[in-house]
Amino acid sequence: MDLTYTEEEQDFRARLRAWLAKVLPELPARPSPDDWPGRRAYDLGWQRRLYEAGYAGLHWPVDAGGRGATPTQHLIFLEETERAGAPYVGANFVGLLHAGPTIAAEGTAQQRARWLPPVLRGDEVWCQGFSEPDAGSDLASLRTRAVRDGDDYVISGSKIWTSHAEVADWCELLVRTDPGAPKHRGISWLALPMDAPGVSVRPLRTLAGSAEFAQVFLDEVRVPVANRVGAENDGWRVTMVTLSFERGTAFVGEVVACRRTLGELARTAKANGRWDDPVLRRRLGRLYGEFGALWRLTQWNVSEAERSAGGVPGIGGSVFKLAYSHARQELYDTAAEVLGARSLSLEEEWTLDRLSSLSYTIAAGTSQIQRNIVAERILGLPKGR
Amino acid sequence: MDFQPTEEQEDLRAGVRDLLAGRYGREALRASVDTGVTVDRALWRELGDAGFFALRLPESEGGVGLGLPEAVLVFEEAGRALVPGPLVATHLAAGVVPGAAAGTAVVSAFDLGGPLVAHLAEADAVLGASGVPAGEPVRSVDPLTPLHRVAVAGDATAYRETGALLTAALQVGSALRTVELAVRYAGEREQFGQPIGAFQAVKHLCARMLVRAEVARTAVYAAAVTGDAGEAAAAKLLADGAAVRGARDCLQVHGGMGFTWEADVHLHLKRAWVRAEQWRTVAQAEELLARELVDSEEGAGRLG
Repeated sequence: MDLTYTEEEQDFRARLRAWLAKVLPELPARPSPDDWPGRRAYDLGWQRRLYEAGYAGLHWPVDAGGRGATPTQHLIFLEETERAGAPYVGANFVGLLHAGPTIAAEGTAQQRARWLPPVLRGDEVWCQGFSEPDAGSDLASLRTRAVRDGDDYVISGSKIWTSHAEVADWCELLVRTDPGAPKHRGISWLALPMDAPGVSVRPLRTLAGSAEFAQVFLDEVRVPVANRVGAENDGWRVTMVTLSFERGTAFVGEVVACRRTLGELARTAKANGRWDDPVLRRRLGRLYGEFGALWRLTQWNVSEAERSAGGVPGIGGSVFKLAYSHARQELYDTAAEVLGARSLSLEEEWTLDRLSSLSYTIAAGTSQIQRNIVAERILGLPKGR
Repeated sequence: MDFQPTEEQEDLRAGVRDLLAGRYGREALRASVDTGVTVDRALWRELGDAGFFALRLPESEGGVGLGLPEAVLVFEEAGRALVPGPLVATHLAAGVVPGAAAGTAVVSAFDLGGPLVAHLAEADAVLGASGVPAGEPVRSVDPLTPLHRVAVAGDATAYRETGALLTAALQVGSALRTVELAVRYAGEREQFGQPIGAFQAVKHLCARMLVRAEVARTAVYAAAVTGDAGEAAAAKLLADGAAVRGARDCLQVHGGMGFTWEADVHLHLKRAWVRAEQWRTVAQAEELLARELVDSEEGAGRLG
């Protein structure tokens, strides 16, 4: 058990730090959350900077255009960019963490050549067409149909909770290609161009008031069969290959941010007298300990991934996600206690963060689904209802 | 960075697990409960021979010369097996009290923050005091941790940090063991025509137990590697929670059987309660962490 970084890793960190210090002051002002074209341009601009500096696709394999960095280097990258206050991955999230790695792992040479470089260069944005109004936690019961017609699939159905749909160029789409097969078996993975005739996007307002995601309607949309990644009806397995990334290292930067937020809260509580309340003070102390442990759990998972073949995070990611999503919600509830009535103002950044933290126990697999995964796949308890 | 146990560390852990499985399995545990013999001197010496107490003592002083990371791994195993006796205090006394390193002496400590001392009658020495003070027996909640009330309190502050971390490792072992007990019972016990482990309500209890135990385990390992005071406090805090709440959830999974003397669950719960009072309580850990937080560099002034 060793928590010291190798000389190579320390060099990597030092070079990254120096680059961030140079490049961050040159960035344009951040667009407002409701300015979608502005957000797209900003996020793609940041991706372009990363690409030019050689940091694009850090954790992607080299033969997919990535840097083939070790999981530890990826961890350092996420830690340092957050610490320096660099932009989030934002609209590039699905392309870089999901669709890209899926195509890299399962796509043909032509598919990789067509779709991967624009993601890395910051030219194209992807969104995720998995969930449907009647297929959320029970994702495999999705009903969007794709019927073969010559060299095309003709697709009809609807997707929901699709982040960045309004500004996406491509959608990683799960469709049912064999309605007669058992529900996990008749699904295929397609790349859908978002400007195809028959695609319409209706923004959905979140409880935080912003149009963060959308419902996507597909009305007899034609997609070439050549856009299918993996074999027909093998889409479920193709998807599972990459889902673990979402639960593995996706929250590294956020854990760093939560520790900073706690520091700010402690200072605020000192200033407004709430620090003298031992109940509140102890709660903040406990959260500080918990987020410290969550950071170590991240390092543990990354080390485990580094030792395993392929560097894919294990299902231990579910343990992390469960602990983290609940701790994050408690953090913002505690923040509200520190701030008192001030926490009711939507002009406070905190208030929006508090509202958005409510999604953490739902998105990317609800806590209930994660507990089933932990109970059945780690603990080996029997499947049931 | 490679925050995973080395092969040698895994071997050490496996060796202690094997030793305890053979020497202090369930029957031995129940026998101690029945006979009231809470420190088995022969087992103590065997642990001493295996290096359990001398683990961190330099080789030049007859020790094994290993560090805290190795120590927390073997204490985790002792916690899993629910070995009774002042394991932590005797380990801390290695090199200080003659016989402690070899396991020929039993050493307790003033680690309960008040006039109560555990295992006083069996102790050859008490850390934080010169000699073994006289004490009045008190009926203890844990049948395997006898308690005495003493007139004069001693001071074991110097050992507190390491004592808390090793106690946290015992708690983690117990927490992981109660997950195993709950999962096994949930897989065997049938109601409504199927194992109760197939019911989501039971599954989720077990999953929560594992999440708490795993987070605590990582905190204990990290604190052992860094030797950081705040991390050690967090480790104790999280491990106390994982052990106490884990044992309670395990009891709940066992249902009516869990409330009986025959199930082992209550032994884990009662010992976890005792350990939660030793060296550093939850309240003390939280206050220490709060002080560290306010002094930390993190998050200077976004709110102004």
